[in-house]
Amino acid sequence: MGGSSRSELDISPGSNVKPGGLAVAWKYIYKYNTLIMLVLLIIASSMISPAFFTERNIFNLLRQISGLTIISMGMLLVILTGGIDLSVGSLLALGSVIVALFLNGMPLSEAILLTLLVGALLGGASGFLVSFAKMAPFVATLAMMTIARGLAFIVSGGHPIITSSEGLSSFGTGYFLHIPLPVILMFVIFIITVIVLRYTVFGRMVVAIGSNETAVRLSGIGVKGYKFSVYAIAGVCSVIAGIISTSRTGVGSPIVGTGMELDAIAAVVIGGASLNGGRGSAFNTLLGALILGLIGNIMNLLSVPAYPQQVIKGLIIVIAVLMQGIKKQSDN
Amino acid sequence: MPENYCVEMRGISKAFGGVNALKNVDLAVKKGEIHALVGENGAGKSTLMKILAGAIARDNGQILLDGGEISITDPKSARNLGIGIIYQEFVLAKDLTVAENIFLNRLSEGLIINWKKLYRKAKDLLDNLGFDINPSATIDTLSVAHQQIVEICKALSENSRILIFDEPTAVLATREVERLFTLLETLKKQDVSIIYISHRLEEIFRIADNITVLKDGSTVGTVRTKDSGKDEIIRMMIGRNLESMFPDRNAEIGEEVLRVEGLNSGQRVKDVSFVVKAGEVVGISGLVGAGRTETVRAVFGADRKDGGNVYVMGKPSNIKSPRDAVRHGVGLLPEDRKAQGVLLHLPIKINSTMSAIKKISKGMGWISSQEENKLVEDLVKKLAIKTSGIDADVSSLSGGNQQKVAFSKWLASNCRILILDEPTRGVDVGAKVEIYKLINEIAGQGVGILMISSDMPEIIGMCDRVMVMKDGLVSGELAKSDLSEESILRLAIGG
Repeated sequence: MGGSSRSELDISPGSNVKPGGLAVAWKYIYKYNTLIMLVLLIIASSMISPAFFTERNIFNLLRQISGLTIISMGMLLVILTGGIDLSVGSLLALGSVIVALFLNGMPLSEAILLTLLVGALLGGASGFLVSFAKMAPFVATLAMMTIARGLAFIVSGGHPIITSSEGLSSFGTGYFLHIPLPVILMFVIFIITVIVLRYTVFGRMVVAIGSNETAVRLSGIGVKGYKFSVYAIAGVCSVIAGIISTSRTGVGSPIVGTGMELDAIAAVVIGGASLNGGRGSAFNTLLGALILGLIGNIMNLLSVPAYPQQVIKGLIIVIAVLMQGIKKQSDN
Repeated sequence: MPENYCVEMRGISKAFGGVNALKNVDLAVKKGEIHALVGENGAGKSTLMKILAGAIARDNGQILLDGGEISITDPKSARNLGIGIIYQEFVLAKDLTVAENIFLNRLSEGLIINWKKLYRKAKDLLDNLGFDINPSATIDTLSVAHQQIVEICKALSENSRILIFDEPTAVLATREVERLFTLLETLKKQDVSIIYISHRLEEIFRIADNITVLKDGSTVGTVRTKDSGKDEIIRMMIGRNLESMFPDRNAEIGEEVLRVEGLNSGQRVKDVSFVVKAGEVVGISGLVGAGRTETVRAVFGADRKDGGNVYVMGKPSNIKSPRDAVRHGVGLLPEDRKAQGVLLHLPIKINSTMSAIKKISKGMGWISSQEENKLVEDLVKKLAIKTSGIDADVSSLSGGNQQKVAFSKWLASNCRILILDEPTRGVDVGAKVEIYKLINEIAGQGVGILMISSDMPEIIGMCDRVMVMKDGLVSGELAKSDLSEESILRLAIGG
């Protein structure tokens, strides 16, 4: 550390923290705060309820959060670029409704492909508004949020659409090696996100744009295309979650996914991502979604009513982000 | 005779993590003097000044004001004691007006803001400095130089008796510098003590009464300007002689690589034409606001062109975006390193391969870590970037090393034309020399270089030819043999 030259304006200690026992311990606590929080919750849960550590409950929990996790991966990409997507919950509902409608008139694979296409198109529309029309992401996706929800009501006529497709419900209720299929899909999408962020030019540029868009543009990178793409991907993730929802219940509903955008943002933020962009990880986002799911799960096991659940969830978000605030200060 | 000192810092120490930024530093400034604080980047100047201004807390040491010990706990307590600071990076609210920024912490005397009075007070302050700036203009419509003036007004409006300037002239052109110096002299006569941080020794020898030199977080010594010379100061700072500042270049000037004809862009670029050849370093000089940055931004496609032709390697090329420019082999090192040049909070690795990402990726955009690491390791070695490793964030580097990272991006991309906008701004003397060597080396490889600089010795020492701009027009071109501060100034000011 003595050999490296330093700017006097930059005063971050980086890896130069004094190697005292307590300091090291704190450093690790800050660094892995999301993981530590999850582990503490798991320990607490297993102590509170003997039903927690059953295979049935664990897979139930994972299946419940599979949609949220998939949406959170799309949300992570958007947030990494410094944007936000409020339309994911509505697109989930739209996906849930149209896949049921499509299934009543065409084969499974075509219905799913068409649904994914609609997700890409509507997500892409937000992306177009943000990147090419230079609209604020909050505003563009807020508009898409109400448009997609409205479309879901229009195409369904306001009623749940029942689908008799056995192919789809065998996915929603099926298992592979004792693991529910939606959970497998969730892990596949998680791993793809990890790989994209780690090993591809696309992932690299998404993070770089969030870190300093001007510098990236002046490096000769076409920023708009990347910004457009992340919203399209978030749209696809949202309708996938919608398809999962329909596959589990056999019903496409225009009212599912209400408030899902907030849970997805919460998962990403609990995972330590910066809403200014440029910082965040797929692994920690997965942990964030697990924490959110776990809180709901344990409170259900304890029969805590729904309203206090919301308050406690909000408090957990505050605690998680506070811990990161302390982390940032210790970095400075 | 400590009672003569207006402000005294004794035995100041500060460590960040395990690193000592300051070790037992002393500084004593008299009433009504201009006291220069010099040292290479990383010497601890800014840290020392941030302690005085209350922005960071000291670990040890005393601060005395008029002989009595004082306690500075935060920026507010420092301001109340009459200590004002003008940072190198401005702290202005960009969407607010000039007047609002100047009087930000005391907009109103009662509950309601008297806008008329506020604007008038701001205008008085600005007029007093000799600057015609509209007090109701928002900050982001002002040039960098004018933004700095607002910063100075803000500090002055708080009746500061000790004013700290951190590299104030780095962003100013000659005329503004003269005005600033006149202002400093006036303040001095009013018994204001001025602490002046600068890398520009010419300036320091013109205006400072005493000079304190810091090196590696310790005081080397304080000398009276009258009794000292540039060579002595440089020796105290780095132990190097001035002659080696501008190393010789061994570049053969070849074919034309860039030709710009009748370029127009916005209000600041009017009918600009010039040529750059392979291996040549062409300078663009002129006052701030003469249209230098705007010209190169238009060439690079960062701003819209309103007319004119650009030929790259002899072929007409329609560059509409930075992406087009990079495809044509044109690179740009922007003026504002932190805002435009580097990704501060990402690793060196990512920064260095930004413009050469195609080279290290294959297929559908898979990055080859092996090739990337090799490319970046080579660049770090070649540019002698001082870092703990290629995965270190750029923000952990000194200014000079950050600038080298910005350079490395274009070395990796193998560009044919490299545009440099103030390449050594805010960089210490030692790193400057390294950047000059680097420019020479790049030119030696047959790259044509177009360089904007407000640093006169630099543009004279480095360029084969200099084009001077004034009010958006090219006012003249000077061959190497005709280059002097006088000849450049005559074209820049006109008359």
